[in-house]
Amino acid sequence: MKSAPKAAVITFPGSNCDSDCVYGLEIMGFEVTALWHKDKPSLAEYDLVVLPGGFSYGDYLRCGAIAALAPIQEQVHKHAEQGKLVLGICNGFQILCEMGLLPGGLVRNQKMKFLSTDVCLKVENEDSPWTSASQRGDVWKLPIAHGDGRFVCEEKELATIKDKGQVLLRYCDAKGNVSKEFNLNGATDAIAGIKNVRGNVFGLMPHPERATDLRSGDGRFIWKSILSTLGEKAV
Amino acid sequence: MSPRKSLPDNTPGTWELADSIGITRKEYDHVIAAMKRTPSFAELGVFSAMFSEHCSYKSSKKYLRRFPTKGKRVLQGPGENAGILSIGQGWGVAFKMESHNHPSFIEPYQGASTGVGGILRDVFTMGARPVASMNALCFGEPSAPRMKSIVQGVVKGVGDYGNCVGVPTVAGQTFFHPCYNGNVLVNAFTAGIIHEDHIYKGFASGIGNAVVYVGAKTGRDGVHGATMASKEFNTEEAPDRPTVQVGDPFTEKLLLEASLEAMRLGLVIGIQDMGAAGLTSSSFEMAGRAGTGLEIDLDKIPAREKEMTAYELLLSESQERMLLVTSEDRLKALHAVFDKWDLHAEVIGTVVEGDRVKMWKSGEVVVDLPVTLVVDPLEDPRPAASPDWLKPLWDFSAEKVAAQTFDKKLSILIDDIHFAEPLPLTLQYDSTVGNRTEGGTFDDGAVIRLRDLGPSAPRLAFSVDCNPRVCYLDPLEGGRRAVAESALNVAVRGAEPIGITDCLNFGSPQNPHVMWQFQQCIEGISLACEALEIPVVSGNVSFYNDTDKKPIYPTPMVGLVGVMPAETYLPLSTFDKAGDVLVLVGPLEGELGGSRLLSGVLGEDRGRPSQTDMALVAKTIRFCQEVCATQKGFALHDISDGGLACSALEMSFFRGEGLLGCEVEIPAAANADRFLFGETLGRVLVSASADTAKALQSVATKYGLSVQTIGRVTADAKFDVTQNGKSVLSTSLSASYSQWKKKWEPLFT
Repeated sequence: MKSAPKAAVITFPGSNCDSDCVYGLEIMGFEVTALWHKDKPSLAEYDLVVLPGGFSYGDYLRCGAIAALAPIQEQVHKHAEQGKLVLGICNGFQILCEMGLLPGGLVRNQKMKFLSTDVCLKVENEDSPWTSASQRGDVWKLPIAHGDGRFVCEEKELATIKDKGQVLLRYCDAKGNVSKEFNLNGATDAIAGIKNVRGNVFGLMPHPERATDLRSGDGRFIWKSILSTLGEKAV
Repeated sequence: MSPRKSLPDNTPGTWELADSIGITRKEYDHVIAAMKRTPSFAELGVFSAMFSEHCSYKSSKKYLRRFPTKGKRVLQGPGENAGILSIGQGWGVAFKMESHNHPSFIEPYQGASTGVGGILRDVFTMGARPVASMNALCFGEPSAPRMKSIVQGVVKGVGDYGNCVGVPTVAGQTFFHPCYNGNVLVNAFTAGIIHEDHIYKGFASGIGNAVVYVGAKTGRDGVHGATMASKEFNTEEAPDRPTVQVGDPFTEKLLLEASLEAMRLGLVIGIQDMGAAGLTSSSFEMAGRAGTGLEIDLDKIPAREKEMTAYELLLSESQERMLLVTSEDRLKALHAVFDKWDLHAEVIGTVVEGDRVKMWKSGEVVVDLPVTLVVDPLEDPRPAASPDWLKPLWDFSAEKVAAQTFDKKLSILIDDIHFAEPLPLTLQYDSTVGNRTEGGTFDDGAVIRLRDLGPSAPRLAFSVDCNPRVCYLDPLEGGRRAVAESALNVAVRGAEPIGITDCLNFGSPQNPHVMWQFQQCIEGISLACEALEIPVVSGNVSFYNDTDKKPIYPTPMVGLVGVMPAETYLPLSTFDKAGDVLVLVGPLEGELGGSRLLSGVLGEDRGRPSQTDMALVAKTIRFCQEVCATQKGFALHDISDGGLACSALEMSFFRGEGLLGCEVEIPAAANADRFLFGETLGRVLVSASADTAKALQSVATKYGLSVQTIGRVTADAKFDVTQNGKSVLSTSLSASYSQWKKKWEPLFT
């Protein structure tokens, strides 16, 4: 019998969605290990490494800036270089940008206020290990909860990102229309989630782990995509 | 002198000094008689903090004994950091509510955030993992001076702290009234899950054991916070800004994880949060509970500032600190845990035989006091007298109400500040972190699952409630109603109420009318709890909420916890589809005394609120539980503020876009005002398909509840009300919906 796919969830000081991610992944059939940011274990055995949401180091400096320098990150860089899967959710997305594994960065929401609500997301590209279980144009509903979730990048960079199909998710209305009104945090081009050029690193502001066996359940699209990429049959 | 200026620790504690830091003559004489010497200034600081109303409950203790605190679920009643109720399968829910009123008025952001921090620590100190928070906020009129910035600061403070620690804010109540113009209320509630076999308490047990200080360093912030909280505000005097603490939710998160990890590894014997009165209360109270003495070297305390005196170290209310007791052989492992989380853990003393706490600073004894003298302050039960101004307020002219058109009456309610989408607040609170929050929040009660405990674990429901207007007009009914309404709020989500915590916000205890209100509210809460067979397991008293001798309305906030099985149906609280029928369960009419409508029509709070029939409420609760356990596919919404009319509109508005309306036929026997706008509790609005409604009706009949079909949900977004074939009201809902949605936006921009 084939063993379950293996995922690692890294806890930084101030992570607060680590246990939510462990739970969500276990529900989906992953064998999950919780790792501590000060450790430097080899990540070779893991199919997926997750950087969870939260407020690493209190977000007192630029969000994710200190966690990007944690001892364990040397191994995360290696994992990404080898083309293995790295996922950053919310604060994890901010950390991946600070590590240089994803382009752009995340800054204070427009109107400067924290935003906690369910949002609609349009799938822009199903050709990725993260969205293959869905179709381009599909609309997912996932919760967001962030104060610094406005994706920004330089104009030139944006052109490249779009050109290379790196944009996976954009904020939209229930019918999939992208508009200013539904781009609550004011993200550049309403970008909610992007992958790297190679496609093995993905960061998003919404929380799929909170909609796995609760709420819309749409977080499962991401987990199912990962499982099918890994050659597993989704549960 | 100002109490925040420190003198050398060994300055003789004269009566003048004692008086200047809030100790009464009686207390001072009592201390001198017991000690047979003059206390040092540092020792006076200990008495001042521990004898403050905030810490000692000296005015309220006598009255608080009235509360029913026993029950088969009670694992921990009042007196500890939080109360605990059993929820079965070896698990319990630990919860408490606390006020942070004065600090939040002086410095709204820090005041509110440290209020959340304090209540989180109260819960995880017991060994519980916090899983849900709520808050109750009472503000003045939006046009009052500073009020908009207070509202914004408080909401941001509550949000930022809870969001960072990662505890979802799932429910709350917000009330605006001029009586809070000079004294807002910020009450924070947290609940955590705990295993019955791993409950930790504030005991300094075991002679020879180490006393360990963990968490953030001690600074001069918050020195004398407890004393400040025990004083009235005065518009002449500049606020005591330096007595407000500064919060650091990141450190709190580390402290939470480190403390729970140390407890899980069995490294803790006793533990207590350094909350109000900081090191003083934690050390003396822990020794008091265990019947031991302590020896503490104040030089070992990790200090943030140089040359802090013993007085300052003892009274600092710097946040995110705990005091714990453990044995020598566990110290190494304990240090390893706190090192892992990059937190201080310093051994500062030892548990000793006897009943004295002795403290050294720079090699000198600065405090040497018998524990009981400090922890058992003289009670000062204040006299209560019913006010003669109250009964005249009960008269009101029903004709004045009847003379208004129904359109006008509805528009008064639609214009009311409380009839609003709470989105500007709820957007700022992470309500889903933890992956436990089920369904919508902030409508009636909130529901969370306990995913950590396995798929068959029960779910928890929460509600916080108090109607200050009713408490002002009839404090006994106000207390009763706070319990009944929060119980109904969780019942309409399918849960069984199991217990409450309270936060009793009142004016000065030196005012006999305030003490009467206090006594009456406690009586009301107690009567309601007895009727529902639920205990009070924790709570907090906040007196001195007056400005220039004018007390706030009595505000006994109740935080209630309910349980429901994993498989129980979680009903909607909104309309679902056009054609569904509307059923009223409970009495046809409610009373108008103390209602939102009456205050709107008369421009003042008048009328005698109806006396809640607790037997009816109890039956209604059982009805809700049974239908949720046996039926599916319906919506329940409890009728309270604003009456049936507001409840029906809320069922439309909370559903949102694609607005549904409803047609309501007032039964011929009913008075239209009392049917539509009466606020008597025990009425529930049901919307469901005709078949389901029929099934629900038969359950209602079984419980002896009156029940009737009163209308139906329509695709047309209108509120159409008729009686005897004549139109009473016919209003399009789209304009009032957008008003409802946008009403609070100006407060937040």
